Amino acid sequence: MTNHWIDIKNSDCVLIMGSNPAENHPISFKWVLKAQEKGATVIHIDPRFTRTSAKADFHAALRPGSDIAILGGLMKYIIENKKYFNDYVINYTNASYLVSKDFKFNDGLFSGLNEEKDNYDKSSWQFQTTSDGVPKQDTSLTNPNCVFQILKKHYSRYTLKNVSSASGLSTQELTKLYSIYSATGTAKKAGTIMYAMGWTQHSVGVQNIRAMAMVQLLLGNMGVAGGGVNALRGECNVQGSTDQALLFHILPGYLKTPLAGQDTLEQHNKVNTPVSNDPKSANWWKNYPKYSASLLKAMYSNLTPEEGYQMLPRIDSYKASEYSWLPLWDRMYDGKFEGALIWGMNPACSGADTHKVRKALTELDWMVNVNIFQCETSDFWKGPGMDPSKIKTETFFIPCASAIEKEGTIANSGRWIQWRYAGPEPLNGLLTDGHYFHELWEEVAKLYEEEGGVHAKPITELSFDNMVTDGHFDPRKTARLLNGWFMKDTVINGKQYYKGHQVPSFALLQDDGSTCSGNWLYCNMYTDSGNQSMSRDLTQTPEQANIGLYPKWTWCWPVNRRILYNRASVNLDGVPYNPKKAVISWTGDSWAGDVPDGGSAPGTINPFIMRTHGVGQLYGPGLADGPLPEYYEPLETPLKKHPFSNQLSSPLAFHFQDEEKAVADPRFPYIGTTYRVTEHWQTGSMTRWEPWLVELEPQMFAEISPALAEKIGVKNGEKVTLESLRGKVWAVAMVTERIKDFKIDGNEYHMIGLPWHYGWLTPDDGGDSANILTAGIGDPNTGIPEYKAFMLNARKWQEGEI
Amino acid sequence: MQGKTFFIDMTKCTACRGCQVSCKQWKNLPAVKTKNWGSHQNPPSLTPVTFKLVRFNEVNKDGKIRWNFMPEQCRHCVEPSCKLIMNMYVPNSVEHDAKTGAVLYTDKTATIDLEPWEMCPYNVPRRDEKTGVWSKCNMCIDRVQNGMKPACVTSCAMGVMQFGDREEMLAIAYERLAEVRKKHKDAFIADPDDVRVLFLGIGDPADYYEYLSADTAGL
Repeated sequence: MTNHWIDIKNSDCVLIMGSNPAENHPISFKWVLKAQEKGATVIHIDPRFTRTSAKADFHAALRPGSDIAILGGLMKYIIENKKYFNDYVINYTNASYLVSKDFKFNDGLFSGLNEEKDNYDKSSWQFQTTSDGVPKQDTSLTNPNCVFQILKKHYSRYTLKNVSSASGLSTQELTKLYSIYSATGTAKKAGTIMYAMGWTQHSVGVQNIRAMAMVQLLLGNMGVAGGGVNALRGECNVQGSTDQALLFHILPGYLKTPLAGQDTLEQHNKVNTPVSNDPKSANWWKNYPKYSASLLKAMYSNLTPEEGYQMLPRIDSYKASEYSWLPLWDRMYDGKFEGALIWGMNPACSGADTHKVRKALTELDWMVNVNIFQCETSDFWKGPGMDPSKIKTETFFIPCASAIEKEGTIANSGRWIQWRYAGPEPLNGLLTDGHYFHELWEEVAKLYEEEGGVHAKPITELSFDNMVTDGHFDPRKTARLLNGWFMKDTVINGKQYYKGHQVPSFALLQDDGSTCSGNWLYCNMYTDSGNQSMSRDLTQTPEQANIGLYPKWTWCWPVNRRILYNRASVNLDGVPYNPKKAVISWTGDSWAGDVPDGGSAPGTINPFIMRTHGVGQLYGPGLADGPLPEYYEPLETPLKKHPFSNQLSSPLAFHFQDEEKAVADPRFPYIGTTYRVTEHWQTGSMTRWEPWLVELEPQMFAEISPALAEKIGVKNGEKVTLESLRGKVWAVAMVTERIKDFKIDGNEYHMIGLPWHYGWLTPDDGGDSANILTAGIGDPNTGIPEYKAFMLNARKWQEGEI
Repeated sequence: MQGKTFFIDMTKCTACRGCQVSCKQWKNLPAVKTKNWGSHQNPPSLTPVTFKLVRFNEVNKDGKIRWNFMPEQCRHCVEPSCKLIMNMYVPNSVEHDAKTGAVLYTDKTATIDLEPWEMCPYNVPRRDEKTGVWSKCNMCIDRVQNGMKPACVTSCAMGVMQFGDREEMLAIAYERLAEVRKKHKDAFIADPDDVRVLFLGIGDPADYYEYLSADTAGL
């Protein structure tokens, strides 16, 4: 989240799209209700009418996968009706930047697509620059090559009729949505967006979110109280694991995984350190070498940063098609892995195309699953269709302490790093994940030392002791390391700092190996004055109290800034656009309120300090699949033809050529979508063992419309058989008017909604995973599977089948 | 008797069912073996081991869908008819706590052969098939006597449920009613003079549950 949970109450219009917070992020919804009580309009755009819709002022059902059509139409409405926040758009976004004259968009495709149609050459997407390398601008926004005009032209195709054809919303519903939300495009109003996996889990997942970020920039909703782009993260600890580099393409603190060819740290730094000659651009990533060196010193304290860099593995590219989730399982399926440590997850239910995942596990020689409870992954070898006598995989299950039985930091959705103390003792002397990791490292390092091996140093030289006390993993020491300390006595800007003392803030991290920091973003969390994540101080100034900001309650990255890009909430003189809900304001010699994006005086630097040019990117030339979001159909779709171009689906979406897709396929006429409910957690591997929760949601179900129920001859509460190209499952039909049929170009399309919480292991007669049906298709930037839209058949279940 | 009262603002209820689970947790009640019967509401009704149940009701008003949620429980009536009737069968089988107004069932109810609706206008009490003992919510009397709030109230993240002295709860309920009526003219509080559980809703009480209000239950 750019903002935080409490801040939602400051909003004048809460748009909930791509999420279901009342069910899946319940605590966030408390603040939605508070906003609503104060007069905010709550809008829910979602394929289903859910417990969130029940509380919304306005719900409209969109066909799964048509989000960009709706948001593109919103941008057209904002631009044509001049609802955008003009000053903000000119000063704080790249609307005025001139794009290369070679940039083209033609019938669904951007310029630069290679012959194989699997990659874009992005050179024609770049900005025109002056001799200093600064983008050329036209602040009148009239030049046909300026971002604003390109945007206007691009979305001119998103007419109400076209958007209605794509999404299934009526033109009346669209106009209502557009007029209510675009009313936040003034200085005195703020609109917020709450999204989650409903946007990420598509072949256009990243572009869904970009489209909304663009809307927020046009309306001046970024950086303000009650605004922002808010990814809802409920898991303990999704935000934290992303910060600490869960994904293949990043190192902790969103540093980049080294690529093959970056043979030295200097080469790696050079590629990843942007340069701006614009005096108004803070270009914060110019500090990249300080953060990379400090990370390397945290990992390899006895080596120089350069030597430490040589310990890191390289990957060949950042292509999701190479290293992300789906290709990993595809390789395992092809027998290319010997063993796997599957830690704190249950891919035998959560992975798309689950039959393939389960089969892939049989190709391993060994597999270790660490989890709180047994699950369909730990026990895959005795699952449906498996013959244990024929499975070679030697399988280990290691139970571990649960999250509440151990202490450590937890990063919430608003980036607050909160210390959580251990509750009950773990059962039967179970140990923590941290303990197991350390023990594993000790054993492997010992084997390398005793027996040698290829490239042993990355393991043997690792400074695990930085996280260990008396032979045991120590979360407090690890928190200190995340912040980092001085490796030697150092003088910075005339001030003396001493070896072993904590680095006060990331502004003081160094590129010469004199500081370490496990994650530069967390630097300032654990200073010599203590671990700020443990702070529970409710003190606030009146300005902070006005917007529900508690600066001393825990700590927030970066440098305790609670609302990101808050410099965009004030004008060039430092005066808040909305004084009634000021986030920061210039007092004449300093800033009051939140921690500003860079402390310098108003108007001296651009607000979006993490961007090279310091402005919000209405036009973003960096993504794999285009500088502007374009509406494409999911790769499995009921439609033969895109409603307004000849490019049906994203040309770059990740998929396996040899896996068939159902496109306008009469064998699979119904649209499938998956989701979660309040009562279960993820694959249910934790909650399906809990009788009180199983009592509430005991069995796999399918929410269908009365029309579909009649068509397939199924009554409410009867079982249906659902089939896709990947497999089949049964589910209890919940026939409800909350599920709508989509009328598109005179045809009626039915949707089937499925939770993915169930699995064969427990409870009895609970059903199996909805992901048996989902496809191995992913976003080209992230590789996240398209769980939210796929094609199905449905019929009445017959006794004895499945 | 002033006593205690719940205020349940259903306009804020998201049916997360934290109350339903926390009730079972505090009282250590077993889970009922359920099936999906075509509704999220489960168990389908109150049971001898389910004292709090969130009811889900879908209503289609002229094409506009409403999904109403009602966290049902014993109303702890100001003049409890179950006490009157059951004590006629077995004296002192039902107690009425003087300090809180909690209506408390004892094991002496085991021999009373009645249907729930014969003694309760809200169709709340349930009877254990084996022991014959009647049961229902007891206002978490053990907690309340020790200065704590009922378990369901403490679990409510949306602020739907409040619990306190009756006069205070009535004041809060009517203040909220006036607020909700600015947007929804048909907002109501069900049977406020008769019960210690003040349900605030919108529209027709029967659109939540036929027994939400004794008036609409046709008894």
